Amino acid sequence: MAINWFKYSAPTTFYGLAGRLVPWFAVPAALLFALGLYIGFFVAPVDAVQGEAYRIIFIHVPASILSMFLYLIMAGYAALGLIFNTRLSSMMATALAPTGALFAFISLWTGALWGKPMWGAWWVWDARLTSELILLFLYFGFIALHASIDDARRADRAAALLAIVGSVNVPIIYFSVKWWNTLHQGSTIKFTGTSMHVAMQQAMFVTLLACWMYAVAVTLLRVRSIILERERNTQWVSELKEAGL
Amino acid sequence: MNQLTVFNLLVLVIRRDLLLAMRRRADVMTILVFFILVVSLFPLGVGPEMDMLRKMAPGVLWVAALLASMLSLGRLFSADYLDGTLEQMMLAPQSLSMLVLGKMIAHWVVSGLPLVLMAPVLGLQFDMSGQALLVLMLGLLLGTPILSMLGAIGAALTLGLRGGGVLLSLLVLPLCIPVLIFGSGAVEAVASGLSVVSNLSLIAALLVLCLVFTPWVTAQALRISME
Amino acid sequence: MLEVSNLACSRGDHRLFSGLNLALLPGQIMQVRGENGKGKTSLLRTLCGFLSPDAGKISWCGEDVRELNELYFANLLYLGHHNAIKDELSALENLQITAGLAGIVLDEMTAVSALRRMGLKGRERLPTKVLSQGQRRRVALARLLVGDAKLWVLDEPLTALDVAAVALIQELLAEHLRKQGMVIFTTHQPLIIEGVEMRHLSLV
Repeated sequence: MAINWFKYSAPTTFYGLAGRLVPWFAVPAALLFALGLYIGFFVAPVDAVQGEAYRIIFIHVPASILSMFLYLIMAGYAALGLIFNTRLSSMMATALAPTGALFAFISLWTGALWGKPMWGAWWVWDARLTSELILLFLYFGFIALHASIDDARRADRAAALLAIVGSVNVPIIYFSVKWWNTLHQGSTIKFTGTSMHVAMQQAMFVTLLACWMYAVAVTLLRVRSIILERERNTQWVSELKEAGL
Repeated sequence: MNQLTVFNLLVLVIRRDLLLAMRRRADVMTILVFFILVVSLFPLGVGPEMDMLRKMAPGVLWVAALLASMLSLGRLFSADYLDGTLEQMMLAPQSLSMLVLGKMIAHWVVSGLPLVLMAPVLGLQFDMSGQALLVLMLGLLLGTPILSMLGAIGAALTLGLRGGGVLLSLLVLPLCIPVLIFGSGAVEAVASGLSVVSNLSLIAALLVLCLVFTPWVTAQALRISME
Repeated sequence: MLEVSNLACSRGDHRLFSGLNLALLPGQIMQVRGENGKGKTSLLRTLCGFLSPDAGKISWCGEDVRELNELYFANLLYLGHHNAIKDELSALENLQITAGLAGIVLDEMTAVSALRRMGLKGRERLPTKVLSQGQRRRVALARLLVGDAKLWVLDEPLTALDVAAVALIQELLAEHLRKQGMVIFTTHQPLIIEGVEMRHLSLV
């Protein structure tokens, strides 16, 4: 079936599509969250070593994975916008950034909350946590640079370049932080070596899926408002206003 | 009137920037003074106990060098941007990447090299051994060019923006973390007997990577900012 | 040799012009006219490659300038609102560096005679920050005497110049056109070249 995908790369048509898609992601996200947390908190057994405290991983791990994944997706959209000059790609990148930053932040918080019962300290310079912190700075840099430039086109393109440079750097930064951590025999927050119970795996998977759906839903909502803002002087937006949408 | 080769062009740009820096000597001095100041703040903040200072020294010196480099980055392109000479450089019938590389080298000579030379003097304040000082200098010698080059990308992206220096630091400092880790790691390796060479060669590898990619990336960033 | 077809440009959200066509042949001079804010400067800057047009094509000798890049720049000389000279350097140093960036080695004698022709005798070695606005503009315009760029893109070249300097610039333009060069410019002051038909492009 030949779908004209390019039709949806115009902000005007994507606006409508995004609006229709949001509930398809938002509702499952809410349901999956409920399900995942239920399995995680009530069904999965108590861990032999870490007790009840380990349950935070059901939020921490999906948040970590998504923060890194979203950064790459954001950089990908930004690169598309830069190379092919498609406005919608740049808008998607801008829409993804706050959500990615939020997940990085949640990952750091939950990492700290996990660390406290484990190590007795609110923060440990674990290699992964430190990399997560640096990732958060990279997100902030992207958002700040975009916000500082008034001209939308320059903002999109400058932030895109930054995102690409950042994503090339992420492996280098991660490697160097791991090196640094082993050098100083730092602490490592790791789940115990024993294989995970089935229920734990299920819970992890479900919450991961929930986070992903949440990210999609929120990004679609955000890109709609970015589209409206950018296209505010065009006719179709005025028509929308008149139609009372 | 004969044509210039690419190398001659590079030399021209470097000489031009160095000439300009010589006529504004105060700028060079402020970076050095800032470096000394920051390094001196640490003992004041954490106490004069020599054992602790000796352990902190590599990190302190590297962080101070990082911050001092950040100070001068804003000026890399902004003066040329404001008086229109940057536009003319972009219209040059030569590779813009080459011109940018020339500016980066000149920037390092003015801002990075003095730090490399000053660092051992400050290291003595922290009772660092001779070998540690040597490794510190080598590390800074390899690492400060990287700071100039990564900083140039940031300077090009933030050209003419109000947020200016702080935004530039926010963008560039996270990218400089690997250099910091390997640089101070190399110095610590002297004391702990681990491999100094591996840390230094990692910095050298990053330097080569930067030399290859950053001029072109910075040129693109300049084109984006000049629109 | 310079052809522009169907050019469209915006500044921010604001569309300046669209569907613009022009052709400039050797020996021709064209003035871009229009009120403030109509896009004259943006047009000139688009010709220089600083701004990307929304649509349309700019060709030099039949080839798209975006592909020619440095080959196009070798034939282009641009002078905008900024003088593009460094305050801390002398007029002589500025001119030599400008020439160097354009790929030309300019010896001191030639540079000094160019500056003398621009009316800066005795001031060649002073840092340009001690010169007056008009004198600085003369230093900036000295680049017209250096190099062999065929296309001159000049955005208000006569700003800050006195009557004698204006006459000099008109003379330089006439010489350039005689050598089969091309000029496209904007100005708020009258610019008259004897014996040459001035073409016009109006932006509304």
